[in-house]
Amino acid sequence: MLKLERRPAPSRGWTAVTPVLAVVATMIAGGLLFAALGKDPVEAIRTIFWDPLFGKFASYSRPQLLVKAGPLILIAIGLSLGFKAQVWNIGAEGQYIMGALFGAATGLAFYPTDSVLLFPAMVLMGALGGFLWAMIPAVLKLRFGTSEILVSLMLVYVAQHIMSAASFGMLKNPEGMGFPGSRNFQHYPAAFNSELIAGTGMHWGGVAALGAVVAAYVLLSRHILGFHIRVAGEAPRAARFAGVSPALLTSVCLGTSGALAGLAGLFEVSGPAGQITTDFASGYGFTAIIVAFLGRLHPVGILLAGLLMALTYIGGELAQLTLNLPSAAVQAFQGMLLFFLLAFDVLANFRIRLARRKVEGRARA
Amino acid sequence: MMGSIDPILLIASLMVASTPILLAAIGELVVEKAGVLNLGVEGMMIVGAIAGFAAAVESGSPLLGFVGAAVAGAALSLIFAFLTQVLLSNQVATGLALTLFGIGFSALIGQGYTGVRPPPTPKMDFGPLSDIPVIGPMLLRHDPMVYVSILIIAAVWAFLKFTRAGLVLRAVGESHDAAHALGYKVVRLRVLAIAFGGACAGLGGAYLSLVRVPQWTEGMTAGAGWIALAIVVFASWRPWRVLAGAYLFGGVTVLQLNLQAAGVAIPVQYLSMAPYVMTILVLVLISADRRRAAQNAPASLGRVFHASS
Repeated sequence: MLKLERRPAPSRGWTAVTPVLAVVATMIAGGLLFAALGKDPVEAIRTIFWDPLFGKFASYSRPQLLVKAGPLILIAIGLSLGFKAQVWNIGAEGQYIMGALFGAATGLAFYPTDSVLLFPAMVLMGALGGFLWAMIPAVLKLRFGTSEILVSLMLVYVAQHIMSAASFGMLKNPEGMGFPGSRNFQHYPAAFNSELIAGTGMHWGGVAALGAVVAAYVLLSRHILGFHIRVAGEAPRAARFAGVSPALLTSVCLGTSGALAGLAGLFEVSGPAGQITTDFASGYGFTAIIVAFLGRLHPVGILLAGLLMALTYIGGELAQLTLNLPSAAVQAFQGMLLFFLLAFDVLANFRIRLARRKVEGRARA
Repeated sequence: MMGSIDPILLIASLMVASTPILLAAIGELVVEKAGVLNLGVEGMMIVGAIAGFAAAVESGSPLLGFVGAAVAGAALSLIFAFLTQVLLSNQVATGLALTLFGIGFSALIGQGYTGVRPPPTPKMDFGPLSDIPVIGPMLLRHDPMVYVSILIIAAVWAFLKFTRAGLVLRAVGESHDAAHALGYKVVRLRVLAIAFGGACAGLGGAYLSLVRVPQWTEGMTAGAGWIALAIVVFASWRPWRVLAGAYLFGGVTVLQLNLQAAGVAIPVQYLSMAPYVMTILVLVLISADRRRAAQNAPASLGRVFHASS
């Protein structure tokens, strides 16, 4: 009989090793899943994890890595602050959409200007949009004690409908011949978030993501606020005695993650996506939750996890093309990854001991 | 314009529209009463929707469809149970993983079923009772699952209120340490509760794909599972209030659909967001009464139980 014995503190070694174990386990389980669906498991795994980096189409898919990883990292960094403090912002997808809407609306309002101030203004408005949308659950939680999990989630669906309304109404391209969707920012140089170094996929969103990683690292390791966030999550009572204000923490965590998700939305809509459409939302806000956990809520971990998750997106697209694998397969894959990660957490938090039968028998009697 | 909406039809369709969230919510109520917070309802629902759909299409029997959905929902919930009860993982994160996985997994197995029509679920026939004016068409001409869902509510209510096992379940939810000290099997009981919740969520999902819509589309639950979670809070963890809550939300859903059909001058998108906005408003109203909310929530809700700690 195996017995779990709580470690006084989570094992640092296991904490670092378990994400790798989880990835390996996901590859094996995913392979089994693909085999059950009648696909060659080895080829499917190779297509998803290897080919985007070193395969035939690598020159196309490698830059995509940064394009996809940027928003994931940006959002996940924000979420990780909240998760550390036990503030559960699950609605990043909605904040991402509202950031894109606010930013895009700003850009479109000044069409066709060529002012250099336009893009910075859009960035600010994007962050504001996400921030305001995230402050709704924050304010409701502080004022009424409403669960931020449910409210932020409901707001995702509300945001999706607002986006749909905007692409059919307010923001519809007047020259779009009746099709829903806004003007494309690709044809609007002052507002377009273009690649900074050609062929790398690096745009302002990637820069912001790297900036967020560094800022979060400094915040958590050097700043008193970061310390408060950590204490509030690990020992809420101690935090209260130490004078940490839960109201301030909730606002900071939700507001920051909302602003970062909004930024991600703005960079996406003004760059890779190009326009507001009904199917603009791509699930980055939800996948970022997995990225945050996979990265162990640590900025550097999130950077790596974001790149890995981006890889599964690109590999998934590739597998869709070459192996006719359904696009949703990747989502199942990502969910599985989170399962394994959470399962292996037991190794970090507990020692597994072989309990003697006799002891067990006595306990039962 | 409101005149074009028939109140009898409205109530009849309200009952149908409410049944999926009703089923999912009553299952989650039992889970939460046992002290476990499973945020995976949406994922279990959508997997139930496709599993039930596939089972019904392949067998030609809606009944087998519902059975298959319940089994699939329960099976998926056992992943959650294993992770949270045996490996002691964080319930919030694990529930989210369940939802994310469920959405992807259901789309994966649902590939071949888009555009397929499921076998129709027959309506109940109460003989002459169904012909009573007003009451007949409003309440007595539904498919069996509508009545089954109400029976489940009654059964859960009676179980929690009158049976010894129900008492133990509530004790485990209030204080797992005390229940453990008294010799009750906390983990075993919670696993059973979680499986029941999964089966109910699966049934709710299958009701969507087999009766309410009836077809399979990716992501067709569209947040119904999350609304079910909100309804448990709204109901302050009481079975009959789950019924009231679900019918209230079903009413809003049906009303906005009717307004859309009647061609009200509000853009469709704003009407479609009504159920979600309503959920937020109701959550605020309920949570604002802090004292009551705190009294009713199971005290061990969401806390990890480990015998030695």
